Amino acid sequence: MSAAVPAGAVPASAPGGPLLEVRNLEVGFRTQGGMVTALNGVSFTIEQGESVAIVGESGSGKSTTAHAIINLLPGSGRITGGQVLFEGRDLATASRQELEEVRGKRIGFVPQDPMSNLNPVWSVGFQVEETIRANGLATGKREVRKKAIEVLQQAGLQDADRRLRQFPHQFSGGMRQRVLIGIGLASSPRLLIADEPTSALDVTVQRRILDHLESLTETVGTSLLFITHDLGLAAERAEKLIVMYKGKIVEAGPSLEILQNPLHPYTQRLIAAAPSLASRRIQASGQHLGSLAHTEAAPASGFDLITAAEERAEQVEAAPREPAVVVENLTKVFKIRSGGFKSVDFTAVDDVSFSIQKGTTTALVGESGSGKSTVAKLLLKLENATSGSISVQGRRIESLRGRELLSLRRAMQPVFQDPYGSLDPLTNIGNTIAEPLKVHKVGDRASRRERVFELLDQVSLPRVIAGRYPNELSGGQRQRVAIARALALKPDIVVLDEAVSALDVLVQAQILRLLAELQGELGLTYLFITHDLAVVRVIADNVCVMQKGRIVEAASTDQVFGSPQEQYTRDLLDAIPGAGIQLGV
Amino acid sequence: MAYYIVRRLLQAIPVLIGTTFLIYFMVFAMPGNPLLTLFGDRTPPPALLERLEQQYLLDQPFIIQYLNYLGNVVTGNFGISFSGQSVNDILARTFPVTLRLAFLAITIEMVIALSVGLISGLRKGGIFDASALVVSLLLISLPIFVLCFIAQFFFAVQLGWFSPTVGADASIPKLILPAIVLALFVVATAIRLTRASVIETSTADFVRTAYSKGLGRRRVVPVHILRNSLIPVTTQLGADFGLLIVGATVTEGIFNVPGVGNTLYQAIIRGERPTVVSFVTVMVLLYLIVNILIDLIYAVLDPRIRYVK
Repeated sequence: MSAAVPAGAVPASAPGGPLLEVRNLEVGFRTQGGMVTALNGVSFTIEQGESVAIVGESGSGKSTTAHAIINLLPGSGRITGGQVLFEGRDLATASRQELEEVRGKRIGFVPQDPMSNLNPVWSVGFQVEETIRANGLATGKREVRKKAIEVLQQAGLQDADRRLRQFPHQFSGGMRQRVLIGIGLASSPRLLIADEPTSALDVTVQRRILDHLESLTETVGTSLLFITHDLGLAAERAEKLIVMYKGKIVEAGPSLEILQNPLHPYTQRLIAAAPSLASRRIQASGQHLGSLAHTEAAPASGFDLITAAEERAEQVEAAPREPAVVVENLTKVFKIRSGGFKSVDFTAVDDVSFSIQKGTTTALVGESGSGKSTVAKLLLKLENATSGSISVQGRRIESLRGRELLSLRRAMQPVFQDPYGSLDPLTNIGNTIAEPLKVHKVGDRASRRERVFELLDQVSLPRVIAGRYPNELSGGQRQRVAIARALALKPDIVVLDEAVSALDVLVQAQILRLLAELQGELGLTYLFITHDLAVVRVIADNVCVMQKGRIVEAASTDQVFGSPQEQYTRDLLDAIPGAGIQLGV
Repeated sequence: MAYYIVRRLLQAIPVLIGTTFLIYFMVFAMPGNPLLTLFGDRTPPPALLERLEQQYLLDQPFIIQYLNYLGNVVTGNFGISFSGQSVNDILARTFPVTLRLAFLAITIEMVIALSVGLISGLRKGGIFDASALVVSLLLISLPIFVLCFIAQFFFAVQLGWFSPTVGADASIPKLILPAIVLALFVVATAIRLTRASVIETSTADFVRTAYSKGLGRRRVVPVHILRNSLIPVTTQLGADFGLLIVGATVTEGIFNVPGVGNTLYQAIIRGERPTVVSFVTVMVLLYLIVNILIDLIYAVLDPRIRYVK
């Protein structure tokens, strides 16, 4: 089973016993107010060759569990109780030297964010080679190099020998993640811990990398501990599921069983909120939302994406048909400096045409670099188009200046991806929401204050929040503030640029529901930009699929999901996790 | 790369013209006839004064004097000092001494800053870190001449490890004590900066990944923590170079080092336009070159930075 057990490795204690047994693990973080418990009595086992997934929202303790196993807790984190028995040895009390022996050699680790987990100042080859040397996989300059090439090729990196000398910034996110997987698997470890290894990547890249990871762990017989916030992904990739909530395991068992028959209310909420599963269910129910019966057990706290999607679809059907936005032959060319005074043209948006009916949602879908965000910037007139035309409510926007431009801004407002970056940390929430009103000279102080409260009510935030600052709010609350600010001027059109991508599934579901409700109440028109087709299924009426600056497919959501015309669209659809899972719809 | 260096050097030209103009103007605006100070209490014969004024173009308007000076500088002639020496000669005699002092000081600064900063950063909040903080605060708050006198008194006079003054023969061993004082003058900020960037790098994701690969502390600390922390510290060293030249003026006076600072100080007192302006010009030029060098080192340390070919 094991391809290459390095010489001198400690043999597994009891043959047939579990590879990893975590018993009553407790982890605390020291803060100014004393110890804060992050893990509270976590116990589970991983057998030889088994794959286990830990699922939960951020802050549930899933990453902390992963870090505690290899004793690499960040900052002031300490294991305060329990055992981590790996091959019969307790890693929680092991010496530093013992841990160094186990890490890399017996337990591989693939971290979450490929952008920050490679040292930017060393070449990729250097970082792979030092792993090989540290774990004694090869000696001698030439042998180490040969092994490094082998490791990277195995991880699916083309022309590895040429790319060894390149630096991380010269690699794409997917390529870097392959390097990290290669490093994690370099010594054919007994256990591989993968901490959200693909959450920063495009769906199609995610699928390719996970397929690859799966086949690698299978051939070597490595056990896999997979950490993710997406239940669909977890169920697709692991035999066993562990659901964590607030530092505790609330439910554990075989993946399919949990998905089909979740017992704990939290698991039920997670299932209801997962866009990948919801989109599958909508699809399985037969093309149209209206035919989806309300037979499912209502989840405990009531955020069901399908219910939200249904309500929205009904409202939209009643809406009148007239175009709010018409984009024709839109092209944007950027000049990229290529040294000296020369520059090369890069066509980010290439002859794009689409229109959005009033009161409906059109989704612009594509992978990173497909030009979808550039379209948003052009529409908002934050960038000027190279050619083509954009009409908003019948007015061409290209030549708008001054006062006219201001009135366009009033009719069309953006919400951006990063709820941490799009709010000024030094301005309180009330003033942030009131700022557009002030800029456009709407009302006086008192009436603006009234409007701020009204908006906070609309996005279901308590009024006291007006006096708080962004750092005191959670990610979901901040995104609600960003939406409230966008709605302040009573716009007709809202451009949502990856507005829910940075959020946890449960928060994401809440925001999607909020957006659907607001659309019904206020008759808003949405341009919804995302890389996640699963979300599109529940929010959009029409879909434009973008690839390399062009729209390759445009149709109604039902058509795109039911009978995709382009191979690229099919690839994107296939990449939504949870394809092979039978759910009790 | 060559293109980048040439462009940076071309950018230096307007800077040089601007600084020489400012300095020349300020020296020009100083009250009193500089020639009179040369004669001290005695009154020179008017004929001699007139001849000297003509020789040094002191009877001409400011702009003529300045343009004439600039024209000479372009041809590599920095003029003649009031004592009749060629300024080129003075420059050639004094700059090597001060450069030796400055680079010695920079080296000492780097060694202290990196070692103290690294240990402080790795053991944040420990006894070493706390004492380093107190000592650096003390060093920041002491004026440099106090540092000079303390070092001179204890290490040279009391302990006799060094000679208290340098004198005409400014060899490296003799320059060590003034260099240490100069280094201490600027080292505090560099320590704090190293410490801060070591702390920041220690929590970076790639450091945790390095440990997860099975690397030990002995490898992770120098290769993944220290190396990355060098990047901001290097920039600071470039800025420190300017500060060192300022500090050198005082230090050279107290330790009697025959360098730039000492000579410049004398020239300012005497209002010697050609000498003062020439010294400042060369200093500005040096400062620019050092900072271009720092930028090049920066690119070596951080491969993400690539200057346009």
